[in-house]
Order: sequence, then C-alpha cells, then structure tokens
Amino acid sequence: MQREKFLVVNNHFQLQYEEKQSCYVLLYPEGMVQLSFSAGEIMNLCDGTKSCDDIIMALTEKFSDESIENDIVEFLDEAMNRDWIIYHEA
Amino acid sequence: MKLEKKIIKPPLWILLELTHKCPLECTYCYNQLDFANTKDMMSKEDWFKVMEEARAMGAVQLGISGGEPLLNKDLLEIVKKANDLKFYTNLITSGVGADISIVPKLKEAGLKTVQLGIQSPDEHTTTLITNNKTAFNDKMAFAKSCKDNGLQLIINTCITRQNIHQIGEIIEMAEKLGANYLEIANIQYYGWALENINALLPTRAQLDEAKAITNHYREHRKDMKVFFVVPDYFATRPKACMNGWGSTFLTINPDGVALPCNTANTLPLTFPNVKEHSVEAIWNDSEAFNYFRGDSWMREPCRTCDEKEKDFGGCRCQAYALTKDMHVADPVCDKSSFHHVVTDKVEESLSSSQEPIYRNKINSMNIIAGRLAKSCK
Ligand SMILES: C[S@@+](CC[C@H](N)C(=O)[O-])C[C@H]1O[C@@H](n2cnc3c(N)ncnc32)[C@H](O)[C@@H]1O
Ligand code: SF4
Ligand code: SF4
Repeated sequence: MQREKFLVVNNHFQLQYEEKQSCYVLLYPEGMVQLSFSAGEIMNLCDGTKSCDDIIMALTEKFSDESIENDIVEFLDEAMNRDWIIYHEA
Repeated sequence: MKLEKKIIKPPLWILLELTHKCPLECTYCYNQLDFANTKDMMSKEDWFKVMEEARAMGAVQLGISGGEPLLNKDLLEIVKKANDLKFYTNLITSGVGADISIVPKLKEAGLKTVQLGIQSPDEHTTTLITNNKTAFNDKMAFAKSCKDNGLQLIINTCITRQNIHQIGEIIEMAEKLGANYLEIANIQYYGWALENINALLPTRAQLDEAKAITNHYREHRKDMKVFFVVPDYFATRPKACMNGWGSTFLTINPDGVALPCNTANTLPLTFPNVKEHSVEAIWNDSEAFNYFRGDSWMREPCRTCDEKEKDFGGCRCQAYALTKDMHVADPVCDKSSFHHVVTDKVEESLSSSQEPIYRNKINSMNIIAGRLAKSCK
C-alpha cells in the first residue's frame, strides 16, 4: 500500500448505503457484498481526495482510537487486492 | 389458522425483458418458443414504475435484456432512470440492433456493465449460429466501443456443439477485446435450445477438454476472470435454480407479466401483470410467486431428502418440460425416477444428425400453430 496516494472506489463497482439492509453494500456484476460497519466507514472515505494516511487520521479521530490503524491498512490492502479500490491518478 | 406470517425476503435482482424481438436467431436461445405471441406492451412509464417499486423493496441489481434490448427506443431513458434510482445496471445484449453511437450515450446515462453475447471468434461460425451475416462485425465494433467509452465489458459465449471446439480461440478473442470477464456458458436446455438439443449437445469428452483448456488459461494468465458455467445434463444433482423460487430474482416480460425466472411462463400457472398489480403485491401475495416457496409442494424423493435445502429440488421449468409434472424432482437428479429421461436425451442427441432450427418469428408461429392443431385434436 502506498500510503500517501489518493484512493477511490473502482468505478466498475458501486458503493452505497442501503436502508433496507442497514449497511453499506458494494455492488458488482450479478453480486453484492454487505460491508461490516468498519469496512463501510473506510470504503466511504475512498472518494479520490484521501490517502490511506488521511483515512487513518480521520477514523482514529472520529472513534478516538489509535489501535485501529493496523486494521485499516489491512482492510485497504485486501480491498485493493480485490479491485474494490484503486489509486486515484489525478 | 396460520399464526405465523411466512417471512418473505424482498427480491434483490430484477431483469427487464424489454422486447422479445431480436435481429439474431441463435439456435441456443432459451427464450420461449412461442415468443411471437408476446407483445411489447410496456410503456416507458410502466418500466419506470416497476423499477421504482422494486427499488423501494430493496432490489439493487438491474439487468436489461430480451430479446434484444437495443431495439427498445426508450432504452437510454430506462438506463438513466435505473441509475438515478441507484440500481447497479447491466445491459445484456447481442450488440446488434442500434447504431453504434448508442454506446457513449449508454455510458453517459450511467450504465455500469455491458454483457455482450459473442458466439465465436470467426465470422462464419457466428453466422451459422445466429443466421445473421453482419453480426460478427457488429459485435466486434460494439465490444471495442464499450472499452473505448470506459464501460465494464463481460463477454458471454454460449457453448454448444457448434462452437465448443473453439474454446481456446474464444478465450484469446475475449482477452484481445479487453473483456473484464468472460463467461463460458454451457447452455441450459430451455426454449429453442431444448427444441434443438439433438443438434447442440456436446459430448462429455468435448466438455472435459473445454474445461481443461479453461483451467489451463486460468492457471497461466490471470488478468481476465473466466467463469465456466457447467451444463447440468451431465450432472447427477440439479442446480439451485434461481436460488429458490421467489427468493431473489424477478423477471418482467415485454407484456408486463412478472415471473420468478426467465422461462417460468412455460409452466401451467397464471402469472400476474405489473400493469395490474404492484411489484410488492406480486412478490409477496400472488399465488404464482408463493406456489413453490418453501417445501410443502415437494413430492418424494425431494420431500424427505437431506439435500433439499441445497438445491430446492432443482428447476421447475426443467421438471415440467421433461416430465409434464412441475412438482417432481428436476430429472437431472439421479434420485429422480425420471432421471433416465435426461440420460436418454443425452444418448439420443449424440447419435443424431438433426439440423437446428433458428429462433425467428416464422418458426415461432409455426410452433404455435402446431400446438393449436394438437390441442384441437
Ligand atoms: C436471451 S439473451 C437476451 C439478450 C441478448 N439478445 C443477448 O443475446 O445477449 C440473455 C442472455 O442469455 C444467454 N443465453 C441465451 N440462451 C441461453 C441458453 N440456452 N443457456 C444459457 N444462456 C443463454 C445469452 O447469451 C445472453 O447472455
Ligand atoms: S440469445 Fe440470440 S436469439 Fe436469443 S435474444 Fe439473444 S441474440 Fe436474440
Ligand atoms: S431428491 Fe430432490 S432435493 Fe434431493 S438432491 Fe434430488 S432434486 Fe435435490
């Protein structure tokens, strides 16, 4: 993970909050993943204007919890592995 | 008196079949044999209403199909509406039927994915399968335009005896076209495909080889995802059709008839029309959508089978088409007393030299007339 590069949801996927399911979902051809609360929070920040470091800063502040840094990096690595997010090339 | 109300989960996936007209005449098409009777009755507003109602229930996936959806003049507005409602949109198309300039307009309307049917990497075989001389070139141009306009491209190739020898070249072609996914779909034998089974079913040896070639590709090159849909005629357990009747999936036909799967109106049931009822009432309360929910409709061997949660007794359309009783186990299952119907069909088709008939209006009308004549006797 290049921690200073901006991240964005791959535009072949679609991320949205679903009232009926009370969670963020990620849609792709013929399928859907329901995201856990923390995964949803992280993915929602991948909007092309924030890097991994920015996201860590925002979330550790929001939840006043420094210990989540590793989880965030781990999740972002996995999300990138699955092509859910990509680097946003300006 | 029933105390508990059955809990019915909302549909997740809606398929709009905009029209059953089509410029191609694929021998393997699963559409209804009597499609000539299905008229285009849905206005743009009717489609909007269906989408709004389904979305309000929680549906998230929207497939736009047919027949050939490019023939519907309201297509762009339907896509735009779907996107505004936050559906994930997938246009399932042959790539033939509209001017190529529609592709950037589809992208602009918010389309996410194109699932493009390509039969073969060569013109001759494509013409043989589709009965259309320009289809191959149209498809190549359509695929290229999808990529040029940044649309996600899924190539769907339906596999039959007519093209199974080309698996390797099909994979090469899809990769050259820049497909994000390739779906190698060993066809399901419904509609025109079942009518033509004697001309289409490959041998088990051919299938094994196709599978081996696909696996070889998957191991050595990983940039394009390749799905291999296994054919159920060579299996001993049925597929979990539609993830269970009325559980996930809702199709709307060009005349507004709502179905729990693409071909459910081949069954002797009456299906409700979205022009007369709301999607919610149809999904939750109609007799047809409740008919095969749960397992109280099942007969032996399904009723007491420990696998019934896995496959729900298989496909109702296949059970009916092959046994004339829609309540029995899908005869693909080797526990079914009708399993021999499948194995007999396999055997018969492999020694047959029958020519396929094309999926077109004249053949459809002939089939309808033939059925009428039979029922008058
Ligand atoms: C009936 S077509 C309608 C859309 C469009 N005309 C097309 O061919 O893409 C819908 C999808 O089903 C696939 N299909 C057609 N007949 C099939 C069969 N017998 N088994 C499996 N898939 C089939 C097509 O390749 C296409 O992807
Ligand atoms: S599968 Fe072929 S014949 Fe059937 S609707 Fe699609 S293009 Fe037309
Ligand atoms: S007997 Fe019925 S439920 Fe059991 S495996 Fe066969 S089709 Fe499925």
